[in-house]
Parts: sequence; C-alpha cells; structure tokens
Amino acid sequence: MFFLSHIWIIPLLPACGATIMFFFGRKLQKPAVSAVCVGAVVVAFLWACLAVWQYSDYSHQTPGKPYQTILYTWLGSGSNQLNYVTHDGSPVAFNADAGFLLDPLSAIWLLFVTGVGMLIHIYSTGYMAHEGGYYRFFGYLNLFMFSMLTLILANNYALMFVGWEGVGLCSYLLIGFYFHRKSASDAANKAFIVNRIGDAGFLLGMFTIAWYFGSVRFTDVNALARSGHFAIGDPIITAATLLLFVGACGKSAQLPLYVWLPDAMEGPTPVSALIHAATMVTAGVYMVARSNALFVLAPTSMKTVAIIGALTAIFAASIGLVQNDIKRVLAYSTVSQLGYMFLALGVGAFAAGVFHVFTHAFFKALLFLGAGSVIHAMSGEQDMQNMGDLNKRIPVTHWTMFLATLAIAGVPPFAGFFSKDEILWQSWSSEGGAYRVLWFIGYATALMTAFYMFRLMFLTFHGRARMSHEVEHHIHESPKSMTVPLMILAIGAVASGWLGWPHSLGGSNRFEKFLEPVFAREAMVLQEEKPSQLAAGAKEEEHTSGTEYLLMFLSVGAAAAGWGMAWKAYRNADKGYAEPIAKSTPFVYDVLYHKYYVDEGYDYAFTGRRKVGDVRLGTMGLGEASSWFDSNVIDGTVNGAGWMTRAIATLSNWWDKWIIDGVLVNGPAIVSRVISYPMRMLQWGLVQWYALVMVVGLVGFVAYYAWR
Amino acid sequence: MAPITTLHYLVVAAALFVLGVIGVLTRRNVVIVLMSIELILNAVNLNLVAFSRLWGLHGQVFSIFVITDAAAEAAVGLGILIAFFRNKETVNVDEVDLLKW
Repeated sequence: MFFLSHIWIIPLLPACGATIMFFFGRKLQKPAVSAVCVGAVVVAFLWACLAVWQYSDYSHQTPGKPYQTILYTWLGSGSNQLNYVTHDGSPVAFNADAGFLLDPLSAIWLLFVTGVGMLIHIYSTGYMAHEGGYYRFFGYLNLFMFSMLTLILANNYALMFVGWEGVGLCSYLLIGFYFHRKSASDAANKAFIVNRIGDAGFLLGMFTIAWYFGSVRFTDVNALARSGHFAIGDPIITAATLLLFVGACGKSAQLPLYVWLPDAMEGPTPVSALIHAATMVTAGVYMVARSNALFVLAPTSMKTVAIIGALTAIFAASIGLVQNDIKRVLAYSTVSQLGYMFLALGVGAFAAGVFHVFTHAFFKALLFLGAGSVIHAMSGEQDMQNMGDLNKRIPVTHWTMFLATLAIAGVPPFAGFFSKDEILWQSWSSEGGAYRVLWFIGYATALMTAFYMFRLMFLTFHGRARMSHEVEHHIHESPKSMTVPLMILAIGAVASGWLGWPHSLGGSNRFEKFLEPVFAREAMVLQEEKPSQLAAGAKEEEHTSGTEYLLMFLSVGAAAAGWGMAWKAYRNADKGYAEPIAKSTPFVYDVLYHKYYVDEGYDYAFTGRRKVGDVRLGTMGLGEASSWFDSNVIDGTVNGAGWMTRAIATLSNWWDKWIIDGVLVNGPAIVSRVISYPMRMLQWGLVQWYALVMVVGLVGFVAYYAWR
Repeated sequence: MAPITTLHYLVVAAALFVLGVIGVLTRRNVVIVLMSIELILNAVNLNLVAFSRLWGLHGQVFSIFVITDAAAEAAVGLGILIAFFRNKETVNVDEVDLLKW
C-alpha cells in the first residue's frame, strides 16, 4: 500500500522539477533539464501505475471504493471561528483538506495524464531541441503536470480549484511561450481572460455547494446528494450545477466560451497536444463527471450540458471543414470532440463520456504531435495549402497520423469508433429517446469529423507537393525522441478503445464496468424516479440490439462517406486546388472560413475592439464610457468644486480686505489715530522738560493752596 | 550765638531741595541727575530728622527707610543707565527719547 498511501508524491514530483527549473534552470545544460523534468514525469507515471495497481487490490472487496488520504487541513476555520450556517440552519466549520482521492474516475485520468504527459515530455526534448527557453518550457510543462495532477487527485472542490487555476496559469504561460510574437501574447491573454469567466462560474458553484451541503469534500457532497434528502430538480442544486458547468465551458472550450482554444494554437505544438487536446481541456469533463451525483439531481442542468455539448460539436466541426492551418483544424476538432463528451455526460452516459476522453487523449495527442512533426519537417510552415505529398518523406509521421485519423473518424476497430459509437448510441437510447435530435447532430458531426480529418490527411500527405523548393529541400523525418512517442501513442489510438468493447459486439466493456461504482448510484436514483420507464427500458433492451447494430452501421457509413468525399476532393490537390464547399456554396464557405464571425461578433459585443456604427460596446466601450464619465462628470465635478472654491475665495478675499480689514480693523485704528494726534504732541521726549512741568505744576498747586 | 532751631534745619533742607531740583532740571548727564535726586531725598531726610526733634523717633526711622530706598533706586537707575549706554553710547538725558511718539 506504500504507493497508494503516498499518492501525494505524484503531483509533488513535477512540482519539484518545476521548482528546480525556476531557481536553477537557467544555469543547467539541456540534457540536465531534460533529465530532471522528463525524469520527474516518468517517475510520476510509474508511481501512478503502481498506485492504481495497489488501488485495485484495495478496492477488491468493494469495487470502486474510493481511497482517500488527507494530509492536513488546508483551509481550516477551526471549531469555533468562522462557522457558517448552511441552508438548513446548522452551523458548520468550513474545512478544506489537502487531501487526495483515488477512485476509478481519478485513476483513469491519473493514468492517461501521466502517461500521455510523459510521452509528450519525451517528444518535447526533440521538438524543442533547437529552441530558446528550453528550461523555461520544461519548467512550465512540469508545473502544468503538477497542477493537473492536483486537479485530478484533489478530494474537494477547493483543492481542485487550485489545480484548475494552476492549469489555467500554465496554459497562459505556454500559449504565450513565444511572447515576443504579438499574436502569441494576445492569444495567451485571450485564453486567460475567457477562462476567468468560467472560473467565476466554478467559484460561485463551489460556494453554492459549500453553503448548501456544508462541505466541499467530494465524498461528503456525493453522500449527501445520494442520501435522498434532495428532490430531483432542486433549484439550488440546479443553480450550483449550472454554475459549475459555466466553469467547465470555460476550461473545456464549449459554446460560448470556446473562442480561446483555436487561438491557443500559438503555443508550441507539444503544448497544444498536452494541454489543449489531451489533458487540460478535459478538466471540465472531469469536473462534471466528478459532480455527477449533483448533476443527476438537476435534469435542467443535464439537458443544458447535452444541448451545449451537441451544438458545440457540430459548430466546431463545421468550422474545421474549411480551415487551412493544420493546427487550427485540430483545435476545432478538439472543441468538437469535447462537445461529444459533454453530450454524453448530458444524456447521463457519464461512463461513455469519460471513455471518449480516454480514447481522445491518445488519438488527439497523436494528431497534434504528428502535426508538430509535420511542422518540424516543413521548417515551421503550418498552412496546409503549402504542403502536400509528404507521405513518402516522413513515413512514420504519416502512418501514425493515419491511424489516429482512422481512430477519430470512427473507423472500427480503432479507438474512436468504440467511444464515439457509445456516445451516439446512448444519446439515441437514453431517456426513452428524448435526445434523438441530439443524436442526429452528433451523427452529422461524425460525418464532418471524418471529412475534415481526411481532408487534413490528403492535403498534408498526398496530392502534389505545393511547398517552395527551399522548404522541400529541408524536409526530413523527425528524430527518434519524437517518432517513438508517436508510435506508442499510435498503439493507444488503435487499442485503447478495446477496453470498452461493447456487449453487442461480444465484448465485456471493462471500461464501463470499472467506472460503474462511480456512476451506478445515479442510475439507481434515476430509476427510482421512473420505475415505469425502467421497466419499459428493460423490455426495450431486448429489442434495441437491432437498432444498435443499425446505428453502428450508419456511423461507420458516415466515416466512410467522409473519407470518400475527402478523397474525391483532395487526393490530387495541386497548387490552387478548389474547395468543394467554396465551389458549391460560396456563402457558406465564407461564413465557415470566418468561423461564423464569432470573434468579430465578440469584438463588437464584448471586447469592443470593433465599433457598432459609432458606438463602442463591450469592455472597451465600458472603458470609453468610463473614461468619458471620468473626464467629464468626475473631473467636471472636481473642476466645478475647484471653480466654486475659487469664486468663493475671491469673494471672501474681497470681504476680508475691505470689510473686515478695511472697516472693522483699520477703521477704529484710523479713528483712534485721528483722535490721538493732538495728544501725542505732548510726548516730545525731553525728560527734563517733563520734570520741569511737574515742578512748575507742583509749585503752582502749592502756591495756589498757600495763597488761597 | 543763637541756638539752632528747627527752622534752621528746614531752611537748609529747602536749600538742598532746590539745589537738587535745579540739578535734575538742568544737568544733561544722567549720573549728575541721579546724584541730584539723592540731594532731594537727603533734603527730605533732613526734614524728617528735624521734625523728629519735636514728635519722636518716627521721623528718624522713616528716614532710614528713605536711605534704603535711595540706595535701591540708585542701583536700579545706574543699572538702567549702563544698559542704556551699551546701546546708545551716551549718558545724556536729552538723548533718551526712545518712547517719544
């Protein structure tokens, strides 16, 4: 049990790496930097494997029993101070632990975050070999790993929020890694600011939970939520879950907060792979899945999650159809796939959503790393219009990316097929078919996904070579440190889906069974509410396998159709090749190419970088209005007060000078001077004359009295 | 030779008094003026002593007080004079006109 009980070491290892980079990184040679940072993550991965292995032993008796270890009280309000009152009036001492929780849900995240993270660290040693700021890059990556692992392993919302903010910070730092480029620093700011909006939602949700349940510890909250004290549709829980979902929308790039993710591609490609595809952006999914006990009590929130997820999926996929930047296509693909995951969560298929996160981590990381390898080969070129015919020149990249494309397109038996099909099937069948519209959206998205992914493949690796001769001359396959992680990830992209091989195809869906204890209670709550539906569902179960096969067939058909269309349009792409959408419906192409003008719309409505007519709205509009208010009203008031003071002072000065001084002070003085003028003639200053006067007077008096 | 009567004393005292007054009124040197004041006081003393022949010792006692007073007055007067001399470098009474308007 050593590894399990010391699970806190796992996030600590990359934290140490980051600390070393922070203090000594500048002085270290590149091999030393690689050894420290990659080593920390490798050890963390091994530790995670051992911990999960020991966990399976620990939970052998009761599957899914969460393992919790609490190091100390991190935010303690003590026993008597800072007590606050929950909704039912009972005083509670607010406490948040520095505690770690391992259950099947966090175990899955733990494994693929450390695993994929490790591969991407190794890949980065090759990709970043010729870049400046090597130690800075790895320091940030390690800091990211620390934050992400804290987020995953936290046993309460407060500590999770620390990780949540940490990954946001690292995302910001890494998007802005090439900070001397204006576009990169702008993108970093955009990511950070948009995420703040979501984070505000998370915080408010967390506060609501703390107030309502009197605890932020997952086990406490879940136990209370499952205790049956709360009605389904409880408005406070609905509010809390919706707020949490706002947080998830920010972090996981859902409508309407997805705008930062495509711009985040300004960061180095391994960062895009690690943070903006495989791990960080799934934090929102993790948070919602972690809060499943609450979401199940709030059907409104569930519907919102499902609808937002489905809309995001098709919205982002349609933009991805026409983008030319290889990383941007993948970015929109990520947004779209995240939409799938939320669709799954929203329809109550938590396990299917988590399964898609898991498979997606492999094939999307692989696609990004492959794209990085392509960009590496193309001397930094990212525009697919200038690529083509790379398949023979960088074969490893080509084949691994091809496998990932098959996976994401949903071609059996690759990973994406199982997870995506599970989501589509669940959205078709759950709630007695209430979500079939969403199924259709998901299905259309699957078709688009296949199309844009094969478009990417054909434009990059097939057709005619469209790059300049100089670039063409430099094309080379990437070093081993990059291709080996690609190959390992390719294995994952092919095989990771097999863990969830569905029953209908003769598998046992071990993945779902592993997760069952985390989510199973929810199913029970739902069933208690709707016994009739349950019975109907049980009957339906027998009839649906036919439908399930049909849907499976349809989605494979969608993948094939997308592949076929892309093949037809792009297999011979030469310079100035035609986009089929642009040819048939130029208007639609224009809208898609400009990403539905959402960024422009946000600029009009929220940032205010563009004016609506002569009026500026949004933040900058507010700034301008505040500036106007400040310089006119506030300063006007200040100046008015100053003017008034001066006027009064002038008046007062006049009054003082002429009335007070002139009449009241100097007046009596003048009067007394005039009166005293004759008197002072007597004081002429000769003492002896005074004495003489006295003597004469004395003599006079004496004489007078003597001779009277 | 006629005996010396009170009247004699009074005549001498009157003469002394007049001499003192003339000194006070006419001399410019403050030291002389102060000395003239001493003359006036001594004229008074002479009167007091003379009258004590007729009415007892009270006059003599009183004259002792006057002498004391004269000493004090001379001390203060000379002190003021010295202080004044330090400022004005003069002891002439007609130049002492600081308090003139």
